[in-house]
Amino acid sequence: MSTTMDQVVKKAKDSFGPIFDKSLHDLVRGIRSHKDDESKFINEAIDEIKQELKQENMSVKANAVNKLTYLQMLGYDISWSAFNIIEVMSSNKFTFKRIGYLAASQCFHEGTDVLMLTTNMIRKDLNSSSMYEAGLAMSGLSCFINADLARDLANDIMSLLSSTKPYIRKRAVLLLYKVFLNNPDALKPAFPRLREKLEDQDPGVQAAAVNVICELARRNPKNYLSLAPIFFRLMTSSTNNWVLIKIIKLFGALTPLEPRLGKKLIEPLTNLIHSTSAMSLLYECINTVIAVLVSISTGLPNHEASIQLCVQKLRILIEDSDQNLKYLGLLAMSKILQTHPKSVQAHNDLILQCLDDKDESIRLRALGLLSGMVSKKNLMEIVRKLMIHMHKSEGSHYRDELLSKIIGVCSQNDYQYIANFEWYVSILVELTRLEGTKHGGMISLQLLDVAVRVESIRQFACNQMAILLENAHVFILGSNSSSVAEVLYAAAWICGEFSSSLKEPEKTLEAMLNTKITSFPGHIQSVYYQNILKVITHIIISSENGGTVAKDLVSMAITKMSVFLSSGDVEAQERASVVLNILKVVLKLIEKSEFNPNELTVLFDGVLNPVASKAQRKVAIPNGLDLDAWINDPPSESEDETVPSNPYEYSKQGLFSDDQRENYYNASNLSSNTGDNSPRQYTELTSEELDKQRETRKQSEHLNPFYIKETKKSKSTAQTNVSSAILDSSDRSQPAMSKGTIPAGLQLVSSDQLYRQSKIDQENHRLKNKSKADSGSAKKGKKSTRKTDSAAADNVDENLYPAIKVTRGGELPEGATESGNEDNDEEKYVGKNKKYDPHRALNIDLSEPVHVVPPLAPALAVPEPISTVTEQLTTATTKTKKKKKTEKDEKPKSKSKRERTDYKQLSPGDEEDKRVASPTPLQPPAATSTIVETTVPKEKVKKKKPKGKESTTETLTSAPLVRDIMGDDDINPMSSSNQQANEPAIYKSIAESEHLLITSSITPSSSPAQLDVTFLLKNRTSSIINQIDVHVIDSMSSKLLNTTSPNHVSFPSISVFPHAEYYIHIYFAITAISFPQKLKTTLTYTINKPSSENSKETIEFKLDLPCSQYLIKKTIDSNAFADLMSSSTLTSQSHINIPSSSQDFPSILKILCQSYRFTVVDQIASAASLYSESVLGHPIALLLKSSNGIAIDGKSTEMHFLSNLLEEMKNFFK
Amino acid sequence: MIQFILLFSRQGKLRLQKWYTSQTDKSKKKITREIIAAVLSRKPKMSSFLEWKDLKIVYKRYASLYFCCAIEQDDNELLTLETIHRYVELLDKYFGSVCELDIIFNFEKAYFIFDEFILGGEIQETSKKSVLKAVNDQDVIQEVETPQGLIDEY
Repeated sequence: MSTTMDQVVKKAKDSFGPIFDKSLHDLVRGIRSHKDDESKFINEAIDEIKQELKQENMSVKANAVNKLTYLQMLGYDISWSAFNIIEVMSSNKFTFKRIGYLAASQCFHEGTDVLMLTTNMIRKDLNSSSMYEAGLAMSGLSCFINADLARDLANDIMSLLSSTKPYIRKRAVLLLYKVFLNNPDALKPAFPRLREKLEDQDPGVQAAAVNVICELARRNPKNYLSLAPIFFRLMTSSTNNWVLIKIIKLFGALTPLEPRLGKKLIEPLTNLIHSTSAMSLLYECINTVIAVLVSISTGLPNHEASIQLCVQKLRILIEDSDQNLKYLGLLAMSKILQTHPKSVQAHNDLILQCLDDKDESIRLRALGLLSGMVSKKNLMEIVRKLMIHMHKSEGSHYRDELLSKIIGVCSQNDYQYIANFEWYVSILVELTRLEGTKHGGMISLQLLDVAVRVESIRQFACNQMAILLENAHVFILGSNSSSVAEVLYAAAWICGEFSSSLKEPEKTLEAMLNTKITSFPGHIQSVYYQNILKVITHIIISSENGGTVAKDLVSMAITKMSVFLSSGDVEAQERASVVLNILKVVLKLIEKSEFNPNELTVLFDGVLNPVASKAQRKVAIPNGLDLDAWINDPPSESEDETVPSNPYEYSKQGLFSDDQRENYYNASNLSSNTGDNSPRQYTELTSEELDKQRETRKQSEHLNPFYIKETKKSKSTAQTNVSSAILDSSDRSQPAMSKGTIPAGLQLVSSDQLYRQSKIDQENHRLKNKSKADSGSAKKGKKSTRKTDSAAADNVDENLYPAIKVTRGGELPEGATESGNEDNDEEKYVGKNKKYDPHRALNIDLSEPVHVVPPLAPALAVPEPISTVTEQLTTATTKTKKKKKTEKDEKPKSKSKRERTDYKQLSPGDEEDKRVASPTPLQPPAATSTIVETTVPKEKVKKKKPKGKESTTETLTSAPLVRDIMGDDDINPMSSSNQQANEPAIYKSIAESEHLLITSSITPSSSPAQLDVTFLLKNRTSSIINQIDVHVIDSMSSKLLNTTSPNHVSFPSISVFPHAEYYIHIYFAITAISFPQKLKTTLTYTINKPSSENSKETIEFKLDLPCSQYLIKKTIDSNAFADLMSSSTLTSQSHINIPSSSQDFPSILKILCQSYRFTVVDQIASAASLYSESVLGHPIALLLKSSNGIAIDGKSTEMHFLSNLLEEMKNFFK
Repeated sequence: MIQFILLFSRQGKLRLQKWYTSQTDKSKKKITREIIAAVLSRKPKMSSFLEWKDLKIVYKRYASLYFCCAIEQDDNELLTLETIHRYVELLDKYFGSVCELDIIFNFEKAYFIFDEFILGGEIQETSKKSVLKAVNDQDVIQEVETPQGLIDEY
């Protein structure tokens, strides 16, 4: 079959000779055999194709286009052939059309300009009598439809929805979605039709409609809430997993808007989770259950159980050997984590295991979960695991991810979970040993932050940093590829600032002075120089015989420092020179014996505190300062361009404000860029100018809240005597470490050591605690101990983790508060980056009436039928109820009516407005309701309604918030028959037992003539009812369909949960309608009592099928109606009279329209003509006259049916 | 909704591309290149999913061919895998134990199967039988047309 084209070409070749060189196969073979000069071969082929396209012969052209399609796939541009493609598309032969449409769908896109030429051709194909031609046009269109085509062809596609072929309907439904995307205006008028397709007879069409509505609803869920009942029914009845998944996904989008929907969903979803074997369905159910649980955080009794079920199932997924399931399990787990972290924490072990997975994406997912799972107890263990992974892992991306995760996990909420800061500092130090990380800046900032915020850690940190400084050369070597050298920035600063904590300050100073500092980036150099001075100050002050020590020290420092004057970085150079000069002055003073060490300490006076991240922004702008004004003339454009990006980047969460960071950038940029051309500029500055600059800088330093000032000595000495217990343990561990597993001879404290130490401490604590609590059993083994004291663990925690004071938050300018007046940076960010989304345009309120001018203006000058008005009002009223729809609209019965309303009867909006403005006495109920509604739109109108106005009160009280499926316990079967008539879709109670209440509703459908009888089973027991089986004896005119055994329909998969409701559908094929029927029906069911004794029960009842249930709503225009009446086809006649006392004219009319499914053809003040058809297509015409009671004359083709129907009406209205 | 489907060989040669959103040729090429590179760099033991920009890529390798689907954030990955598998089954049934060469030489047939299986990025037919029937029916129409086709055109 695939050789069809070849045959064509071969034949053509034979008759035309050398013109046709290649079939597609030849081309493909040629390309494969010219691997070396493919493009040359293809260029030649394209030239040939161009020749072929010039031929008149369509088969040659088609072959050429087919080859082009192949070339397009290989990536060659074939847009030049668009015209030829259209030519081939427009051929009469299906063969060529198929090729043409394929080429078009592959290479046309919405911008292709020849598309505007195709409109009529596509229209012709859409309406082609050949199903497959229309199918071709539709699949092509779905690929290249644009706004113009969508607008011009919308109606054609709409009309295909009513095609007799499911194949066409299915495609048209799917194509509609593309039409909506390209032409949002089409959505509203098309929606009723689309919705109708949800209940198409063909499951494929149904599925297509579900797909489309699911797509639409995911984007704008609130407009589709009203469809929830239909989808609920589909969900409970469908067995097609492809469709189920879509429906469940749709519910996932709807539940956030309607928590009650969620409550209703939990049960069927958990059932599915339990029962399904399809992983895709299971996964979708879990996702939707999670969405439900998020939307209803409270008030659901088995809420915990559902989470547990999800988590359990996810655990199974994660444990599966299939990587895909593992990945998705973790993904879903992270969603649960956001709302129910505790449930996820229980699976700590599993997630840690996933860190060992071979797949990086799975590891990253697991990592993402970890941050939500840490606690004081498990933090060390988790981080230790992560560290092990870090050493094992290969990809630097993953390693960096791990690193930032470790820091993120540890630092969250101002180190909330860290119990042992020595451990954390040693972790940070170990992280610096990672090669090639890009997070050096992050580590550095963490070290600074911890040292500043946690007083008790300073001594430990200081000495660790001193070791780093002593080994600074290690960082120089590796500094090219990584930013790890950044850590020296923190090390130098910490050692300087807290120099009083240094064990051997002289050694540290020596290390700092001996390092080849100048090879570091500028900002690190600057910090070095500044802090060298701090350390020197400390040594001088703390030394006993200040004079001699100071002299040696200072003169030594001066010699070393002079090297640094050659620094390439301006800022660093300047700092070096300042420090050097200060030292020179000091030396001079010492020589004159006039030196007072305290003068030096003044330089670094003051306490340093963390500053809140938003403090800068909260500093009030002084009066008269215009921040936007240029201080100097704006720089020229060209200068800006020369500034390259800085290689040293800080992480976002920094201690330092942005502008300060920028200073660093500029400083280093200047040094690297202007080194050659601009030193002249600097030398030209006079010393006076320099002094001035220095002066201003000092001043700005003084004013700058971020400038690091010196710490008071008294304070730093006080720090040494904190938390001696911890220090002891660290002291103990240090010598052990110096033997050192760590390379490069660093004498660092290993985090692992500290981890083990803390484990031992914990164990000791446990034992101690244990012995306190229960001295008798103190000698028992560890295992039993662990178990028994787990309950007391919380208490232990208090003792176990010493409360370490962490300075949280930060300083703010006076009067500013942390929470007040936050910037909404994030929102802005989102707003800016939001792409244009076509779905925004589809956010259309579908519950509003369509504002379409009726195709034919009503010729008769009679008032709108009352039913129409009331319908308008009901739509309007329900609108005010925040779109919680009336259940009438949801019920299948009224579906067709609704559609009709939208298209024909509903007058344009302005007409409605007119009515609202000037209520006429003819329609009192309408008028009142409108006024009430418009004046107090948001109040609950129903309570204010005057009683007795049937039409409006009824609909108002019934706006039951998607009751159909939500229905708590209050689906009240209407007791009075009168109300039943008004509410055709309300379920009528037909039978009950002590276990089960059965209500039913009937939906007729024609072609094939069927009745869909829906039983709503309400379980009154507290046990599950299942194994439902319905037995109906067939009659002459009706036959039960879809039977599992003769006269039986069983529903093995259905279980009705305690106090829940369930729908079951049975279908009857109808062969005759003449007489009303009462079918003997038996419903058997099994009650699963918890006591394990299942009991089988039966209910017997008569299923009432009155003649009125055979009627189907049909519209007919008045001319056709007149023709029908004047023709002699309606041979049967019948007449009844209803005494005026019982009902008034408008309400009878309304009842006939609603529960008997008649439509008003024509109406004048006190007379109306109505029309309907039976399921078998018999027309029924009624004439109502109001004169001394109501006279109803009926005409039909079916005598018995008509008389029985009228009899039924008569009894009803009595 | 499925955004696009790509079939490519282990060597990174594109074998089929089907786009359900309108894209210019340039962006098609760019996306294709990036995704082929991303998928081919995955190791065999890895999951079939990767995140790419704001889309999710679901891929599966059958013999020497990678089948690769781009879906949206809310879409179900497992269902997409099933979609891919279903398509492979269809190819297999249609060609009779399909191989890469079948798809190379009869690429248009492979496209036709797509068009009967998926429309506008949504599954339109879940029954294998119906899909194949539709494709075969159309093939038959072509075959019937072929002989007269030539004569008519002359």
